[in-house]
Amino acid sequence: MNVEQLKAAHKLLAEYRYTPAKLDRGYANKSLYINLSENKIEEKVVTETMKEKFIGGKGFGLWYLWNAVTPETKWNDPENEIVISPGPIGGITQYPGAGKSLVVSISPTTGSVVDSNVGGYFGPLLKFSGWDALEVQGKAEKDVIIFIDGNNGLVTIEESPEEAVDSHLLGEQLTEMFADNEEDKRNISVVSAGTAAEHTLIGMLNFSFYDARRKAVRLKQAGRGGIGTVLRDKKIKAIVVKFRGVKGNLNNVADFEKVSKTGIKLHKEIYNGDDKQNKMRLRGTTFLVGIMNDYDLLPTNNFKFGSHPKGKEISAPKWVERFNYTGKSDGCWYGCTLSCCKVMCDFELKTGPYKGQKVIIDAPEYETIAGVGSNCGIFDIDYIAECNFYCDTYGIDTISFGTLTAFLMECYENGIINKEITGGLELNFGNKEAAMELLHQMSRGEGFGKIAGQGVRKCKELFIKEYGADANFLQDIAMEAKGMEYAEYLSKESLAQQGGFGLANKGPQHDEAWLIFMDMVNNQLPTFEDKAEALHYFPMFRTWFGLVGLCKLPWNDIVPEDNGLTDEPAKVPEHVQNYVDLFNGVTGKNITKEDLIAQSEGVYNFQKVFNLRMGFGTREYDKVPYRSVGPVTEEEYLSRQERYDGQLKELLGMDPEGMSTQEKMAALRKYREEQYEKLCDAVYERKGWTKNGIPKLETLKRLGMDLPEVVEVVKRYL
Amino acid sequence: MIKVNGKDFQWEEGLTVQKMLEKKNYTFPHIVIKINGKYIPPEDYQTTIINKGDDVEAIHLITGG
Repeated sequence: MNVEQLKAAHKLLAEYRYTPAKLDRGYANKSLYINLSENKIEEKVVTETMKEKFIGGKGFGLWYLWNAVTPETKWNDPENEIVISPGPIGGITQYPGAGKSLVVSISPTTGSVVDSNVGGYFGPLLKFSGWDALEVQGKAEKDVIIFIDGNNGLVTIEESPEEAVDSHLLGEQLTEMFADNEEDKRNISVVSAGTAAEHTLIGMLNFSFYDARRKAVRLKQAGRGGIGTVLRDKKIKAIVVKFRGVKGNLNNVADFEKVSKTGIKLHKEIYNGDDKQNKMRLRGTTFLVGIMNDYDLLPTNNFKFGSHPKGKEISAPKWVERFNYTGKSDGCWYGCTLSCCKVMCDFELKTGPYKGQKVIIDAPEYETIAGVGSNCGIFDIDYIAECNFYCDTYGIDTISFGTLTAFLMECYENGIINKEITGGLELNFGNKEAAMELLHQMSRGEGFGKIAGQGVRKCKELFIKEYGADANFLQDIAMEAKGMEYAEYLSKESLAQQGGFGLANKGPQHDEAWLIFMDMVNNQLPTFEDKAEALHYFPMFRTWFGLVGLCKLPWNDIVPEDNGLTDEPAKVPEHVQNYVDLFNGVTGKNITKEDLIAQSEGVYNFQKVFNLRMGFGTREYDKVPYRSVGPVTEEEYLSRQERYDGQLKELLGMDPEGMSTQEKMAALRKYREEQYEKLCDAVYERKGWTKNGIPKLETLKRLGMDLPEVVEVVKRYL
Repeated sequence: MIKVNGKDFQWEEGLTVQKMLEKKNYTFPHIVIKINGKYIPPEDYQTTIINKGDDVEAIHLITGG
């Protein structure tokens, strides 16, 4: 790699010099605005009102985006933005999981506002460079790199014709290019997408960090909603931040002792408890694969089933054998003792443009294993690892790719699409060669890969229109809602989880609410009111992580030994108090655990109104495919006949004897669909919304979110 | 019959907490067990007998994916 040569081809389009702000209680109080159409670079003041109402992270992203777009703005219009913000707690090194960046944009797949969170060093380094948020608008004419030098107070926009587009190469090139020496590489983070992000709508963003022990650039992903596609549409090859001098209290917190003490408490808990609990430090999130398989929750063959005899072949022990351990923490930001990131070194690729090369892979997480693996009927860890690598470097969301490929496979097996349509790809469940080729086609922008890359919703519409597919059947099996592909949990036996996916503001992503165990296994949510309360509290609680820049895993993947004896173990009360202490310790404020929920409620309702403003957000958009609710096909019903027959007896008071399978399925479907509608009613009421899912004016007023422009939108729906 | 998380479950002579967990295929590593409201520490799962009619809670602590 000759980076001097690459750099020599750069053409400076704009530069901006600034005095880096010293952080004050978690905030820089300034944000960076860049317009690529005009090569304009400016700074904006972060107001007290912004901090009070929107807190930071995705709250800031939503607010900036709201002000940037109109109801008519499409994802590929120049006025669409990519906003990246870490939040006031983001970057602290005292508490695990404080390295999150939140990214907000108008999504190519949902058409509405989307947010996605990601580890890696970018968010913290951006903030330490003096910026609470980065807002990028406009479109460049040719490929550009944005470079932020946080020590020297310099921002540039540079044409960059020669660098690679695929992230594993680009990340290495730019880290090498902008580092003064080997040691300096850890001070650099690169945001990029990849070649497939250019040709599909399911592109994602890679956020890099330099692994000094392995001497390699590693990548974490902001996967959901196609923001990588937006990045490449703006002709951004990369956004690079460089900041030297990370140390203990750059956030300049109000009460360092409180922050430190809270962190030490959790560090000890992880050291003492992790080996007895989920073993995240050894297994990362792979531990979930076997568990989900055991509980009939692991999506298999496009969410038809929840387990498979081969589930063990892709579960944690198989991955642990292949992970590379250095004996030290592998977190994606300093200070994370939970360290869920795992690494596979010297992985020799068997396919594609990099065939034969040995690469480092930020090893598959649960969602990837379930998505590209079991959900596609593929139980081969080498395939899953290679697919993970190519999704990352090509800039493709592994969840969307997995759910999409599984959908295509079911369509193929039902004769809705065939070899003629797929250009020869035999997309049967389990055909890993065909699935991999589909991914390579997305990178090249060729063949069926280019069509498939439009995502599940657009494929569904195309197959109905062009190939005469049964619209009802496709609606049932296409695992998307609001235009976003489902995340990888089988929700059929948990009504609360159906709502967790279907009612999520951005689409069916589990980071709003994951209630399967509480609802289905623990039976802790027996009534609609119980479920509605959980679907109020947990989305609000989880939203908060995205406002302040925290990862959710240290909340619940390790818990105090006596947590089970508390009044509300599902909430992990001691950790909730940790977060209250952290926020107060950083900002000097004095919030309570109730205030924490209220902070999220304000932003959550704002995001809901944002959806309305963009023409979405009413009740009809909370509908879900029936595959996520119950058995669509006889094959599914018969595979769990005892369970479903039992439900007909217990829940509907029907005698399944003498009924045909079709009759039983119809009766069960009517019941389950009615239950989902009743759940929506209960949740809307709990949230203070109308039956059409519209926030009431009194709700907005209570939350201090009755801004004139917000009320104006809502009034149109009341 | 006993109750496990509020639902009927077949009882048998000599049913221990450990056996109940195995029969339910409850493999999640961090489950809090209470019998008739009394907490049972994990080290006692092998030896604690569940009696006919007992109300068993097997609370899985995970609340996130």
